Amino acid sequence: MRRLPFYLGLSFFLVIVAFPFYWQIVTSAKTSDEIWAMPPVWIPVQGLETGDVPIDAQGGTIRGPQFLTNYTNVFLKQPFGRYLLNSTIVSGSTTLFCLLVGAMAAFALAKLRFRGKNLVLALVLSVSMFPPVAIAPSLFLFLSQFRLVDTYMGLILPYTTFALPLALWNLTAFFRQVPSELLESARVDGAGYFITFWKVFLPLVAPGMFTTGILTFICAWNEFLFALFFTTTEEMRTVPVGIALFSGQYESPWGEIAAATVIVTLPLIVLVLAAQKRIVAGLTAGAVKG
Amino acid sequence: MQGRTEARIAWFFLLPSLVIILTMALLPILRSFYLSFFLKDLAVPQLGQPFVGLDNYLYILRDSRFWAALGNTFGFTFVSVLLETGLGLLLALMLNRAFTGRGLARAAILIPWAVPTVVSAQMWRWIYNDKVGVLNDLCLRLGVFTQPFPWLASIDTARAAIVVADVWKTTPFMALMLLAGLQMIDTSLYEAADVDGATAWQQFRHITLPLLTPVMTVAVLFRTLDAFRIFDLVYVLTSGAFGTETLSVLTADVTFKFNDYGQGSAYAVIMFGCIVAISYTFIKLLGADPNAEER
Repeated sequence: MRRLPFYLGLSFFLVIVAFPFYWQIVTSAKTSDEIWAMPPVWIPVQGLETGDVPIDAQGGTIRGPQFLTNYTNVFLKQPFGRYLLNSTIVSGSTTLFCLLVGAMAAFALAKLRFRGKNLVLALVLSVSMFPPVAIAPSLFLFLSQFRLVDTYMGLILPYTTFALPLALWNLTAFFRQVPSELLESARVDGAGYFITFWKVFLPLVAPGMFTTGILTFICAWNEFLFALFFTTTEEMRTVPVGIALFSGQYESPWGEIAAATVIVTLPLIVLVLAAQKRIVAGLTAGAVKG
Repeated sequence: MQGRTEARIAWFFLLPSLVIILTMALLPILRSFYLSFFLKDLAVPQLGQPFVGLDNYLYILRDSRFWAALGNTFGFTFVSVLLETGLGLLLALMLNRAFTGRGLARAAILIPWAVPTVVSAQMWRWIYNDKVGVLNDLCLRLGVFTQPFPWLASIDTARAAIVVADVWKTTPFMALMLLAGLQMIDTSLYEAADVDGATAWQQFRHITLPLLTPVMTVAVLFRTLDAFRIFDLVYVLTSGAFGTETLSVLTADVTFKFNDYGQGSAYAVIMFGCIVAISYTFIKLLGADPNAEER
């Protein structure tokens, strides 16, 4: 009985965390009558009834449960498939690029002796504190000079920059755990530094690369400000920009927005459940060890 | 000789990172600083780029819109981080206890952190909807109001609505940071306190809180810097209307909507200055430069 307040408190938190998600799922399953119903419908029933579900842009339909309508419309009325593709390319490239560049730097910071190490660390750390909007004006001018506005590269480069501090921080910690003797023995074997880094160290820090990769990917996938201002055409928008700017003829298309948010959230839930421990370890490393 | 070769190789390994950080972060900041002393209005390109000294800054300092945004940003940062720290601590203390389903509960609270801010902003925009929002439904059912209330379109509630949405999204992050800190506290301290007959409150006050302070300070610094640059949430929920404009939204508006890169750069420099001031204050509070410590 003493634990009752504890469980009540915890349930309260969990309900608050879960409710907006519940509401999005419910909204995504509603027909437009239900979406604009007063008072709001808490459990959609019309969605389960069979009706005409649009399946192509020409107005073709199939018979099916109506809750699918918003999900097909997201791809038919909005270029959501294109947004998903853009986001996947940009976030995937950022992750690969950031891991490669970050692992090289982390190897040097963790395993090699040179002067100015603290300066480099301070520089990297200071970047993580930069407000993106303070860089956006001149970065936009810079990107337009090199014709990188509205290109994938124009997003991948700034994303890598802002993901690097966390990646470097995490990877350096992982490289430190690899015994330095491996560097010595590789040296005796006549293997160059790059071969040693690539063939000996990189496989040993694979778990760290995985953790860092997840964090970098999420960070790039969620970015909004640069994606909003450094893309100018609808075809180049990423998922967050697309979802923010979803437009309908009269009102915001809430059913489609809800369906899109569910589509984006589901893989993240799977990722979080699967890699919970790693994500938490990667996120908290800075605060706990710093 | 060996040492010099090693140093040269180290710099070779660092080169890609340094090039990216220099060109994509440091040079833009320096360029913003430079541009802030010039007139650079892409809406009227025929004016060229004449040097105007401090005009951009003087204009900003006389602009009431700037002072409102500055106040909003500091106010939002203070209130949000305060609430997040309090609730985050409460949540962390709960998740630090042993109970069935603890792993699942920890994973569940990660989800708001993982979803894009734009997505959570749209979720809340729909909850706050002035006609059929579920918040209005709850208030009507509970008899708080007799009419639906336009939460996001009212000076009295728009700011609070943004704070609530932000607290919802970021409290989990704070809780996880604090939980990591709690888990580092030696449990034998609590056992000893139990033996001495210390109450739960005394244990919290004299063991937990002091030992958690370093982690909490770093977590609060992270969150403060993050809250200070709030953009996504405001952009989606109100676009800065109804007294919710923040410095990021204002800077982006001046730069990308009005194409005034000179003034936009001046705003960027001001924001940068604020961030430096906040970081400096925290580092003083921590008592030492965190970089000085060997990590």
